[in-house]
Amino acid sequence: MLVYLIKYPQKLYIPLLEHLVITAFTLALSLALATLISALIIRSRVLSQVTIGAFSVVYSIPSLALFALLIPVLGLGRDTAIIVLVLYNQFLLVRNIVAGFASIDSQVLEAARGMGMGETQLFFQIRLPLAAPMILAGVRLAIVSTIGIATIAATINAGGLGTILFDGLRTRNTVKILWGTVLSSTLAIFANQLLAWAEKRQARNIQ
Amino acid sequence: MSVAVEFRAVTKRFAKANYDAMSDVSLQVEEGEIVTILGTSGCGKTTFIKMVNRLIEPDSGEILFFGQSIAALDPVSLRRKIGYVIQQAGLFPHWNIAENISTVPQILGWEKARIAARVDELLELVELDPSEFKKRYPRQLSGGQQQRVGLARALAADPQLMLLDEPFGAIDAITRGNLQKELLRIHAKTKKTFLFVTHDVNEAFRLGDRVLVMDAGKVQQFDKPDAIRRHPANEFVERLIDSVEAQRQAWEADECSYI
Repeated sequence: MLVYLIKYPQKLYIPLLEHLVITAFTLALSLALATLISALIIRSRVLSQVTIGAFSVVYSIPSLALFALLIPVLGLGRDTAIIVLVLYNQFLLVRNIVAGFASIDSQVLEAARGMGMGETQLFFQIRLPLAAPMILAGVRLAIVSTIGIATIAATINAGGLGTILFDGLRTRNTVKILWGTVLSSTLAIFANQLLAWAEKRQARNIQ
Repeated sequence: MSVAVEFRAVTKRFAKANYDAMSDVSLQVEEGEIVTILGTSGCGKTTFIKMVNRLIEPDSGEILFFGQSIAALDPVSLRRKIGYVIQQAGLFPHWNIAENISTVPQILGWEKARIAARVDELLELVELDPSEFKKRYPRQLSGGQQQRVGLARALAADPQLMLLDEPFGAIDAITRGNLQKELLRIHAKTKKTFLFVTHDVNEAFRLGDRVLVMDAGKVQQFDKPDAIRRHPANEFVERLIDSVEAQRQAWEADECSYI
């Protein structure tokens, strides 16, 4: 395996970089969209339930099927992959953002308002920090799921670590399969641990 | 003596309710007195104090705060002049005790040194050792200690008026007795006006310079505890006082049975 790494380093780090780029773009777009959607629905319980329910349906569609569905419309490639991944993440992110804000003790909010906090102060000093652990948990799940599903995106020419895996499978090259597995799993596990740590830090003083 | 709070024909009916939460209430609270607001659940006593800091707006009538109509004041800056304590203390779980107490001074932009000195002073006032408690978080405190912090936090920016909404309602009887004593001591020291909501008859009579008895959104009687005890204004007030008497008798009967 090491021989392969030394001989063809670019065959490993280029897919790794591609994978990281896909993940980063997906995450940034997912968060922006989820924030917008959450802001629109959070005041209505019915709207929240309906929206989250709809996203859960999307989330349960197998990724290959969703890719296949969108190829006729959007074509092959990285952009299509990112759009699919962003769609998947909406369920995890919107659900956790809405639940995070809903979990705040109403007494705490009443005390804050009663002491003379304006709505902006209330949001940034009380609501957001108290919702943060749950939002971070959503982000963690989204990143791990993005890293995972993005390997499958190689089938629609999106690049990434999936290319090493699928090449390896096609050519029966065990070294390639192993490198694909090791890199994608390490990436997912590392991201998960990092965010779990951040989450714990944030939650340490709450409750 | 000036008037701290005045209600002029204040009425409030909540949406979807078919009765008034507060019906044509007019009264005056003198500066420096403790008024306890006593009534059964849903009688309008919480509505009463939440109207003073504009968490609830009246449908009609006028409320004056040291002579100024509060409808003309900005609600957020009005609230910063009024201390507010609620039942579960409502401490901010992600902030330590010192940060909790400095909430309003922070908002008002006090200097760091002044805030730090004030936090120490207040913790001493509520008899919590500053060096021990400042860095702790609310979850590390008992209910009684949390409520002391809640009191300190409400007093932080030296408000002209304190609103207390059943602050000791969820606290055990022994701790509650101590906190009541503390409250009277703090009141004597700060000379602020206190509006204190409670459903506990003993607490209302023990703490109040005057007791405001409410039922069905109406003032049933508003007088000194002694006067209410001697001359209950109506059947409702009489029943309320009798319930305490009945409780006392039940106690005594119990004691006899042990002998």
